[in-house]
This record gives sequence, C-alpha cells and structure tokens, in this order.
Amino acid sequence: MTSKINTLKSFSSKFGLLTIAATFAFSFAGICSAQDHHEKINEHVDDAADHENIHSEEGEGAPAGWKSWKSDGPGGFIMHHVADGHQMEWAGFQIPLPVMLWTDEGFQCFSSSNFYQEENEAHVHGMEGHAFSMGDEYIMINEVIYYLKENGGIHGIEEKVMKAEEADLLLAEIAILEKEKEKANTNDEKTSLNNEIAALSTEEKQLRKSAIITAPFDISITKNVLGLLLVMVIMVFIFLRVAKRYKKREGQAPKGIQNLFEPLILFVRDDIAVPSIGKQKADKFTPFLLSVFFFIWFANLLGLIPFLVGFNIAGTMSITLVLAVVVFVITTINGNKTYWGHMLAVPGVPKWVLILLTPIEILQMFIKPTVLMIRLTANITAGHIIILAFVSLIFLFGAGSEGAYWGVGAGSAIFMIFMYLIEFLVAFLQAYVFTLLAAIYFGSAVEEAHH
Amino acid sequence: MLNISLGTIIWTTVAFLVVLFILKKMAWKPILEGLKKREESIEGALKAAEDAKEEMAALQSNNEELLNKARAERDLLLKEAKEIKEGIIAEAKTNAKLEGDKIVAQARETIKLEKAAAITELKTQVAALAIEVAEKVVKEKLSNDNKQQELVNNLIEEVTLN
Repeated sequence: MTSKINTLKSFSSKFGLLTIAATFAFSFAGICSAQDHHEKINEHVDDAADHENIHSEEGEGAPAGWKSWKSDGPGGFIMHHVADGHQMEWAGFQIPLPVMLWTDEGFQCFSSSNFYQEENEAHVHGMEGHAFSMGDEYIMINEVIYYLKENGGIHGIEEKVMKAEEADLLLAEIAILEKEKEKANTNDEKTSLNNEIAALSTEEKQLRKSAIITAPFDISITKNVLGLLLVMVIMVFIFLRVAKRYKKREGQAPKGIQNLFEPLILFVRDDIAVPSIGKQKADKFTPFLLSVFFFIWFANLLGLIPFLVGFNIAGTMSITLVLAVVVFVITTINGNKTYWGHMLAVPGVPKWVLILLTPIEILQMFIKPTVLMIRLTANITAGHIIILAFVSLIFLFGAGSEGAYWGVGAGSAIFMIFMYLIEFLVAFLQAYVFTLLAAIYFGSAVEEAHH
Repeated sequence: MLNISLGTIIWTTVAFLVVLFILKKMAWKPILEGLKKREESIEGALKAAEDAKEEMAALQSNNEELLNKARAERDLLLKEAKEIKEGIIAEAKTNAKLEGDKIVAQARETIKLEKAAAITELKTQVAALAIEVAEKVVKEKLSNDNKQQELVNNLIEEVTLN
C-alpha cells in the first residue's frame, strides 16, 4: 500500500512540476500574444453591444474568443472557451474541423472553414452569439447549424424568432387568463374565459409550429468530439501496451509504463470495485470501471493542458450523458431480485408509507445517474470557468492602465497556478468520484439480501 | 457545454462502446489476469516460504530432541560407568581387606607358631642352661648326679612362662 502511494506521489509530483512550469510559460505567452488585442479591447468594451461597429473594425485573423469578448464581454469570452465548437483555436490560429451533416438530400461533409470566414459573418436579430452563413444553404448561429434557404434566409429566421417571441407572449397571456378564471365567480365568465384561452392556445401552437427553424442533423467532429476521440486513441494505445507487458512479463515485477499504471489499476480494482461491489461480483464490472476512470481522468488532463484548444470533454453534457446512461443501463440490467424488491417495496416499511416511498425510489433510479452526469459536467466546467475568469480579470483591470495590467496580471497568474493545482486534484477526484459512485450503484444492483 | 447535441451523443456512444469493447477484450482482460496470476504466484511463494520456515522449525526441534536424547544417553552412560567404577573400587576394597585380613591372620598364625617354637626352644635352652648351671652348681655341691637332676626338673616344672 505504501509503495502504491509512493509511486502515485512521485508520479503526481513530477506532473505537478510540469504543470507549474507549463502554466507559467503559457500564461505569459498568452498575456504577450493577447497584448496586441489589448488596445482593441479597450476601444470596444464600452460599445460591446454594437455589433455592426465590431464587424467593420474587427482585426484580421482575430480569434473568435476575442470576438466574443468584444460582443459579450468577459462572460461571452469565458463561455466561448468552455463551449463546444466546430473549429479549434490555438495561439491565434483557427484549425478547421470536418462538418458532417445529415440533410434532406443525404450526407454532406465539408470543412468548417466554409463557415468561419469574415465575409460569411451574419447577424440574426433576436439570436444571441455569432452567426456565419455558408452560401445560401446553411447558417451557423452560436455553433448550431440551420438550413438557410429553407427557412427563408436570414430574414425568414428572424421572422421565426419573432414568432417564437410572440408565442411566448401569448403563453404569458394565457397564464394571466388562467388566473382570472380561478377568480371568476359566474359560470358565464368562466366559459367565456375558457373560450378565450382555447383560441389563444391554438394560435400559440400555430405560431410555435411556424417558428421552428429547420436544421440538418449535425454529426460533425466538433472540438470536444475530436478531444474525445483523441482520448480514446490514447487510452487504447497506452493500455494495449500495458497489456502487452503483462503478457510478456507474466508473474514478474512491473516495469516501465506498466509500473506507472499498475497502482492506478489496482486502486480502481481494490479500492473502488471490490469494496463497493464485493469480491466475487467485482470482476464483472472492473473493466467498465477502469475504462470510465481512465477516460474521465485522461479527458480532464487533456483539458488542463494550457492553451491547447481548450478541450472541455468531461465538461460537456452530451458526453457525460452517455457515460451516465451506460451506468444506468448496466445497473438496470444487472439489478437482481433484491434490488427490484427494494425499489418497488422497501422491506420493513408500513404499507401506507410505500405509496410515498416507491415513487421516490423509482425516481431515484433515474436521479442517481443524472446527478452523476451533472456533477462531472459542472465540476470540470467550473474549473475552466474560474481559470478563464482570472484571465478576464487581467484585461478588465488592465483596460485602465499599464500598471494595473501587469499588477493584476501577476496576481491572476499566481491564482491561476493555484487553481491549476486544484484542477489537477479535481481531474483525478472527479474521475474517482464518478467511478466510485458507479461502482456503488452496481454494488446495490447485485447485492444479495441479508436481512 | 450544457446544451445537448445529438451528434456529440452519437459520437460519444460509438467511441466509448467501441473503446470499452477493445479495452475489455485486449487490455483489461490480460492485465487483470496477469495481476491475478502474479498475486497468486506471490501468495504461493510466500506460503512456500512459510512452509519452509515451519519445516525448518520442525527440523530444528527434531535436532534438539535428538541432542537431548544423546545427552541423556551420555549422562546415563556416565552414571553407569561411575557406578561400575564405584563397584570395582568397593570390591577391590573388600578384596583387599579380606586379603589383608587373611595375611594378618596368617601372620598371626605364623607368629603364634614361631612363638611356640621359640618358647619351646627357649624352654629347651633354658633347661639346658639351667642344667648346665645346675650341673656346675651341683658338681661343686652334689656328688650324686641323679638327685640333683630330680631337684632341677621339679624346679623347672614350677616355673611357668607367660
């Protein structure tokens, strides 16, 4: 056990030092490269809402992150970096990714650089975020791709947005009428109000129907999908190598990469799987737990590499949703008699309490993986947001004077390093927590009755 | 970040399940099996060592027992030897005593005999001497030899030696 901890310690300390060094280097690189934009930001922070103005004055090749700063302030800047996107940004370069669409006319695949062009920038009133059009076929608003021609061009989309807003207004009106109906005394009043509500709701439904902005099915390799695939490739590469070592050096002491991962594999097996599931049944679930643990951990570490396109893999709901669903499916499939019995009728509880308890228990079945999903997403995203907030601080305060720029910069850098170290812990901790809770759910599903 | 994208879900599902399958078959299985085998071999080796230790201990106690036995035997032998020695000495002593006594008795006998002989001789000599003396005395005083002899014999008879 002590040797295990020692290996982990030396491993983490090496990586810790690496991070500190990397963070220092990248923070300053970031500050320096950002300095060019510094002046421009000063001009635009005040009239950030004025989109037309920005379009005309935007610098050549300015990263979209800075554009979001200009249009939406630090909030937009942070969200832009945390959110998924159809291209990667690295040190001012824009790296296009393949856009894959399942359209009415079949499968389409093209580079995302078709969207991210200055001449393609569009503005849709009523829709937040950046819009890029591609010919007259597609428009990408806030990283979501819609049909353009089919929706009647930008103007058509704007109209649809207006219609949706009108529908929202109607909904509010209906709510007011409902309240009036409750207060109404006579039957006549009630029927007339009912008629009014029915008329408004049909109108609202029609508006909603016509307000739907049609979109192709987007199965693009986005930034986070690429990160996900990268993590998967790294995992397969590493663990096939580790497995080869185990085959080659059967019964011998671990060596090299095998030695690096063995404590972690043992940690997952002996400290997560076995205590939560039990020795006999743990073997069945250990491969999944190992995969999930290393996937989340690697994904988090990849997201922590400073200024490397800002992967936010485990902080993307769509990805954690899949993990949670897999956990749910495994738990449900493996649920034994005791598990279902416990859920449908908790033993040793009076019958009238069961009326209350059983729905809660059934709901809990879904709540558990949902919580798993939200916890992971929120924790990873929050870490990224805090670090980006410190970056934003530099430019917010730096807008005043050169002194404030460097002073707040230094302070922010120190806090960022501190946050990075915490993030390193969180990267591991969240992988551990997700795996542990999944193991506990599996354990509850296969537990034998002992009362 | 928080919005659900169906495309990402599809990619994640496919990638995760494929990787899970690959890793399960080609990585986790050999790794976990290898670990188990090694643990078993280590456990076996430890058990063998423990067994050897126990055997050693048993052997050692065996040795001790043998040694104790040998020691006891030696002690017994020594005791016996001592007893024999003492017996021999005692026997020798009694033998010697007996012999001594015998010799003493013999000596006494001899002395007795010698003494008797000496007395007899002395008696004879004294008699002769007395006769001589008496002869000389009588020669001078007595003329008759026979009368004188009778007188002397009577005198001698009266003298008791010892």
